[in-house]
Parts: sequence; structure tokens; C-alpha cells
Amino acid sequence: MSEIAEKVKAIIIDKLGVEASEVTPEASFTNDLGADSLDTVELIMEFEKEFNVSIPDDQAENIGTVGQAISYLEEHAK
Amino acid sequence: MSLRRVVVTGLGAITPLGKTAPAYWEGLKAGVSGAAPITRFDATKFKTRFACEVKDYNPDDYFERKEGRKMDIFTQFGLIAADEAIQDANLEGVDKDRVGVIWGSGIGGLTSLQAECIAFANGDGTPRFNPFFIPKMIADSASGNISIKHKFRGPNFVTTSACASSSDSIISAFNYIRLNMADVMVTGGSEAAVTESGVGGFNALKAMSERNDAPELASRPYDKERDGFVLGEGAGALVLEEYEHAKARGAKIYAELIGGGMSADAYHITAPDPEGNGVVLVMQNALRDAGISPADVDYINTHGTSTPLGDGAEVKAIQKVFGEDAYRLNISSTKSMTGHLLGGAGAIEAVACILAMQHDLVPPTINHFTDDPELDPKLNFTFNTAQPREVNVAMSNTFGFGGHNTSVIFRKVRD
Repeated sequence: MSEIAEKVKAIIIDKLGVEASEVTPEASFTNDLGADSLDTVELIMEFEKEFNVSIPDDQAENIGTVGQAISYLEEHAK
Repeated sequence: MSLRRVVVTGLGAITPLGKTAPAYWEGLKAGVSGAAPITRFDATKFKTRFACEVKDYNPDDYFERKEGRKMDIFTQFGLIAADEAIQDANLEGVDKDRVGVIWGSGIGGLTSLQAECIAFANGDGTPRFNPFFIPKMIADSASGNISIKHKFRGPNFVTTSACASSSDSIISAFNYIRLNMADVMVTGGSEAAVTESGVGGFNALKAMSERNDAPELASRPYDKERDGFVLGEGAGALVLEEYEHAKARGAKIYAELIGGGMSADAYHITAPDPEGNGVVLVMQNALRDAGISPADVDYINTHGTSTPLGDGAEVKAIQKVFGEDAYRLNISSTKSMTGHLLGGAGAIEAVACILAMQHDLVPPTINHFTDDPELDPKLNFTFNTAQPREVNVAMSNTFGFGGHNTSVIFRKVRD
């Protein structure tokens, strides 16, 4: 697993209070990991802070799963 | 329409003396001080370096980590005390549409506000405010979270009147039941202001004791050498219930809430009226609402914060209202032990009054060393040790910056 993927998983585990085994690439933040709309906003903000990127709202809407977050950040992280 | 009767059927508390209502009572009875050096932040440079913190508090003992971090500590305290009171009242099976929550907090989520502002100031100007910041900080988040956890769908809001906040919440809850707008109300209040901004702010007002060499002796209401209040934190909770409703379900009834009074000093934003006119009025209003006379009162749990001006003004007012009957009273300030919980003070002191009635024991005003020549020596301030006494009627006074005065009266239940 890439360093970015490791960090993304760690953030999700920390913020959503879930087990590492639940954080699979297909896992949806809202449907599988118990996030509500505010949790999702917080996750996006944490990704922005950790990876020093700015994720526009229209692109944030497309980040709904662990895998989507990892591939977005692998592409955009500085 | 006639007003319905209201009784207390559940109690909860998390305080500097103990983290449950029974533990709190044990501390009150024994005359223990909750004051100690501040642990929540480095207070080295502060004028006051001690406070009455809730000891060994770890949110993980009460909340899932994910749940706990979305709540300011004042909301956590509120939920902990409310949960205890709700469990104590055993509200299983009660119609939740008829259960409301009216909570009190003077400040709200000060810790969260401070943390977010510091984070912003330390950044590059990009606003990275946490989405949970506002819901954590706003003062009504305690009442909101209590209702969400227990699915209580009745009236729900927060009262804010500085250090009178949770006496105002109790009176509001009382009125909603009296007026048949709810059958059960969870009420009380919480505060958690032991932060840099809280301590620094109150220091700037010259309101807090600076007795850093002996924190446990600092809160000394009615002592000649008193030098200000000691900041406390925590929460108190009461379940109020319509009398017939409580009887019909066989609830344990602690006491009846028989009256509440409110008034304003209309004098100064922080200083008390030295003549105590607003305080005279609030006690008169409460007695009239309760339909009793001064001679009926056994115990007054005073506001008594240990400030040079405030303590004297309240005592003067008590003497004006009670006249000769003032000498029969037991008077005590439990803030000598708990410190001043600000918006949580009225709630934990109401709990103290009710437990004093239940045990027929008046908790003391500790730390009395030197009589204040300004105060009438014939008054019984219950100095230093608890006094056994049949307590049929107890009054709790609280006053807040802004000149808010609130007084509530409880009585042992009789048919």
C-alpha cells in the first residue's frame, strides 16, 4: 500500500472511530463507515490539511469511498 | 386554569467533589474542598493557578471516542449528569413526546471556541474551521444532545443568565410542566470554563481568589479574609415531573418544587447592588410563588461566592426579607467546597438542597476562620461542619453577571 493510502486509512480510522479491517477500498463513508454529512466534511478537510491540497466542493462530492479518496489524493497530493 | 404540581423524581451530578450525585453528597457532608492546582492547561503565568476541576475526568470513561470528540466538555458533563438523573427517575415507558429538556449554561463551549480561534490564528489565513466547531460551541448543544440521545421530543432549549442560568432553566422547566406543556422535564446546567480564556477573563474582572498558596482554603464565603470566587466546573441535573404523573407510575419522589422567583438588579453589569434590592425582590417573588412565608423556610443555600461585595449584599437582603426569622435559618454556601460552577451552580445547589432535605442534614460553609464584623454574628452560616436539622423547606439563590437573580424553593412532599 502506498504511503498516501496508509495515511488516508489512518485518518479515516481516527475520525470515524472504525476498525482498520472495515476500511476497505470499496467502503463508503456514509453507507459502510457510519459517517454523516458533517463527518464527511471533516474528512475532506483533514485530507486537505494532511496532504496540503485544496479539494473543490464539486470534486469533494465525488469522494465517497476509501478508494476514491486514495486515488484522488495520489493524483493531487503535493 | 389551575397550575399543576411539580416534583423531583431524578437527580444527577458530576462535580469537583464527586462524579455522581451520591459521591457529591458524600463530599458535601464531609466538608471537602474541591480546589487544587489547575491541570487542564499551564497556568504558570496566570494570577489564579487553581480551580475546582472535576477530578480524574476522562471522556473515554463515558463516551465512544467518535461521539465524545464531537462534544465540548460542557456538553459531556451535561450528558453525564442528565443520564444519571434519567436513569435515577427510571423513565422507561414514559411518553417521550411529553418529555422536554431545558438546560442552562452561562458560556457554552469555551474550550472549543478557544481551540478553533487559536488554530485559525496559527494558520496562514485559510479558514479551516472544523465542521463540528459550531455545534460543539453553541450553548444549546447540551439540551440538543440530551434530547437526541434519549429521543425526548418535548420543549427543548437553553437558558443563559450567567451564574443564574441553571436556576432559570429549573424555573422554566417547572413552568412548562405547571402549564401542562409537558409532563416530565430534564433540567439543570453545566459549565466547563477552566481554560486560558476563562481563567484569564475572570482574573481580569478581579473576581477570582488569588490564594495560590492554599487553594483548598480559598473559597471562604462570609469569612473576613475572603478574596474572590474559585472557578468550578461540572453539571447538575434534575428530572422534574407532574405530581400525579409521578404517583401514577410509582416513581420515587425526592421533593416538590413549590416556587421560583426572578428579578434583575438593574444596577451594574458585574457589581452587585450593595443594598441588595434585586436580591430582596427575588426572594420575595419566590416566597409568593410558593405560597409560603419566611417562617416556613429552614435552609437557604446561598449564592455566596466568596467575593467581598456579593456575600455581604446577599446577607443584608436575607435579613430584610426574613427579619427575625433569619436567626432560625440554616444558611450555607456549598461553593466553599465545590467552587463556583457558573451556569452549573444553580443545578448542583438545587441537588444539594434536595439531598439536605432527604438526609435532614445541612451541608456546611467550610473555610471559616475569621468572623466578618460586617455580618450579623447571630446568623447561623453552618460554618465548617454539617448540621443535622429537619429540613422541610429549602431555598436556593443564584445571581449572575448582568444583574440576574433567581431563587427556587423545594419542600418535602405531602399530599
